[in-house]
Amino acid sequence: MSGDWLTLLWLIVIAFAIFMYVLLDGFVLGTGILFSFVPRDEDRDTMMTSVAPIWDGNETWLVLGAGGLYAMFPLAYSIVLPALYLPFIVMLLGLVFRGVAFEFRFKARTSRKIWDRAFQWGSIVAAFAQGIVLGAFVQGFELDGTRYVGGALGWLTPFGVMTGVALVAGYALLGSTWLVMKAPGELEDWARRASRVLLLVVLALIAAISIWVPFLENVIYERWFSLPNFYFLSQVPLATVVTGLLLWRYTGRRKRHMPPFVLAMVLFALGYAGLAISLWPNIVPHAIPYWQAAAARSSQEFLLVGVLITLPAVLFYTGYSYYVFRGKVTRSISY
Amino acid sequence: MPDPLLLARLQFGFTISFHILFPAFSIGLASWLVMLELLWLVTGKPAYQSLYRFWLKIFAVSFGLGVVSGLVMSFEFGTNWSRLSAAAGNILGPLLGYEVLTAFFLEATFLGVMLFGANRVGRGVHFFATCMVALGTLISAFWILAASSWMHTPAGYEIRDGVFYPTRWVDVIFNPSFPYRFTHMVIAAYLTTCFVVAGVAARYLLAGRFPRRAALMLKLAVIFASIVVPVQILVGDQHGLNAEEHEPAKIAALEAHWESRPRAPFVVLAIPDEAEERNTFEITIPLLGSLLLKHNVDAPVTGLKEFPRDSRPPVAPVFYAFRIMVGIGLLMLACAWVGAVQLKRGKLLETRWLLRVLPWMIPSGFVALLAGWCTTEIGRQPYVVYGLMRTADAVSAVPAASVATTLALFVAVYGGVFGAGIYYLSRLIRVGPLEVNAPPLSARAARPLGAADEPLEDARR
Repeated sequence: MSGDWLTLLWLIVIAFAIFMYVLLDGFVLGTGILFSFVPRDEDRDTMMTSVAPIWDGNETWLVLGAGGLYAMFPLAYSIVLPALYLPFIVMLLGLVFRGVAFEFRFKARTSRKIWDRAFQWGSIVAAFAQGIVLGAFVQGFELDGTRYVGGALGWLTPFGVMTGVALVAGYALLGSTWLVMKAPGELEDWARRASRVLLLVVLALIAAISIWVPFLENVIYERWFSLPNFYFLSQVPLATVVTGLLLWRYTGRRKRHMPPFVLAMVLFALGYAGLAISLWPNIVPHAIPYWQAAAARSSQEFLLVGVLITLPAVLFYTGYSYYVFRGKVTRSISY
Repeated sequence: MPDPLLLARLQFGFTISFHILFPAFSIGLASWLVMLELLWLVTGKPAYQSLYRFWLKIFAVSFGLGVVSGLVMSFEFGTNWSRLSAAAGNILGPLLGYEVLTAFFLEATFLGVMLFGANRVGRGVHFFATCMVALGTLISAFWILAASSWMHTPAGYEIRDGVFYPTRWVDVIFNPSFPYRFTHMVIAAYLTTCFVVAGVAARYLLAGRFPRRAALMLKLAVIFASIVVPVQILVGDQHGLNAEEHEPAKIAALEAHWESRPRAPFVVLAIPDEAEERNTFEITIPLLGSLLLKHNVDAPVTGLKEFPRDSRPPVAPVFYAFRIMVGIGLLMLACAWVGAVQLKRGKLLETRWLLRVLPWMIPSGFVALLAGWCTTEIGRQPYVVYGLMRTADAVSAVPAASVATTLALFVAVYGGVFGAGIYYLSRLIRVGPLEVNAPPLSARAARPLGAADEPLEDARR
């Protein structure tokens, strides 16, 4: 009944790429979401400078996730993308806007305000659209065999809107804790205060989603609440609560810069794990297990060679570039 | 509401046409940078270093815009062509997957060294990084062209339950049209860049700016073009023979040949009438059609009437797009050879009329490239995988209203965003190359556009 190890490996690689994207672009989008809320113009320069060296590499994880899904699970790709047509396209337009605004803001003089707006709204739109995608994905799609028949607005549900808001808030939290780590002086203080507010919002939304999801499908309910599963799986929400408490404490500790960001990432990891537990082993939720959507064995083997060569190098250089640009942003850029 | 298939094609065509301009320019620029850096290392002339730095900025912007617009492409195969993805994902997925990995790898590694490492690594290491980036752009093109060619001339597959399965990857990748298409495309990218370089150099010369460096650029461009334009015409001819063998309907459409016959004429210009199955007006040259397509006057040329009406590509767009491409090719040949003759006579820089023509040729490569892609892609219609899967069966079941809305959004956003990008590129060109002892590239950020630090607007505003 189940897939072989190669298909599972591919599932893990793609899930990993998407998670890397969520974490890495998450804090970049988060700084964008917070962009107009910081007090001073020079703070905005600092925010941009802090993410400038790494943002486009971060975005590439999304290309890898989408390309990988196409190559290795073409059936899932061909169901999910048309079903979420509008949110995906809107997300892409948001990302295009954000990406280009990013670059031109540095070079703009008179038009800087326009690019500021484009950067912030591109980020918000992209994040919200991703949240909608997430919510609709978790809820599952109306299918006729392997064809989506849920209409153009099938994704527009209260649950989807809630996950949309939750992801915007979550990314903002990643962004604000990133600033706690990277920003100097007053901006850091501002980021600490913002992190606490955002944390409360995010925890409330996580709680709401966690309560809602098991009631979406009976299978999910059974998975979490049947014994002995409950004993093991209840560790996930417990860990979430502990992480939240720690995050609250560390945002108050002026001498510790890194823990809030790390804890915010842990929060995302726990949320991701929770969803994975709910949906396993389906790649099109509640309908198609991952092995049924998998590409031909020879396709999986063929691309694996490329991944084994490039992915370790990419990971190494990603780590290296974060290492090079570690620590506080020391000065803002001025022309 | 118009047909969702047409809208999906329009949207895909619009976004991919926009996208392809940047990678094509980047492919050419990367190799051009290899040449400049090599010349600098060999001769030690600072002029080459200055030119390298100048074109590196242009490359950085073009590469950055290519990455941003390319992100969209990796989703559109699913949003617009989900049924193709489900049927041919086993084959197209890994080919495109390799392209993604190549680009990802490049961006993570050598690109940073190339853009920002000039003062941090040795000259040899830096040159190596430039070479690797150039190689990477070619490898990217390799995979994309493999995927595209496979859709024109599928090979190495079997079909089970309506799904394509690979049987031999070597046959999939090196499918019958791949070598021609890949060569044709890479040379097209090179010539596109070459004519940008020549046009920019001519502009500087006319304005009396950077005379020594502009003269160097112009000479290099003229020498390159005078050799490579004819090569491209030969490759195009071979590509045509290959297409006549594998996709005869496309050739019939691009030549506006309705009847199959030997000793076919070459149709220079025509108004094809698909309903009447004839050309309402035409200018022809006797015998040349068979000669060009078969390299033999007596060989029969296939006409459109050999194919059922519902299996013919639209004739007029293919016919005109092809003529635009060939026309530009001939113009390029004329410019290149006149330039080469004048260079040989030592009068290139004094040939003012040529210098005045060349700036107008800056967009020529881009236009020819798009015309060529229109020829081949519209010429494959009504199939998406030639002879095996129709485009109508490949399109996603997305309502026309959704596609129309997003198409309008794409046009608006791309117009604004990439308009600004192209404006910035032209501004970089207007500013021109800096002296070598000017401050080096800012090393503040390892990302493409960070390598260019001219302001977006003029200072006087």
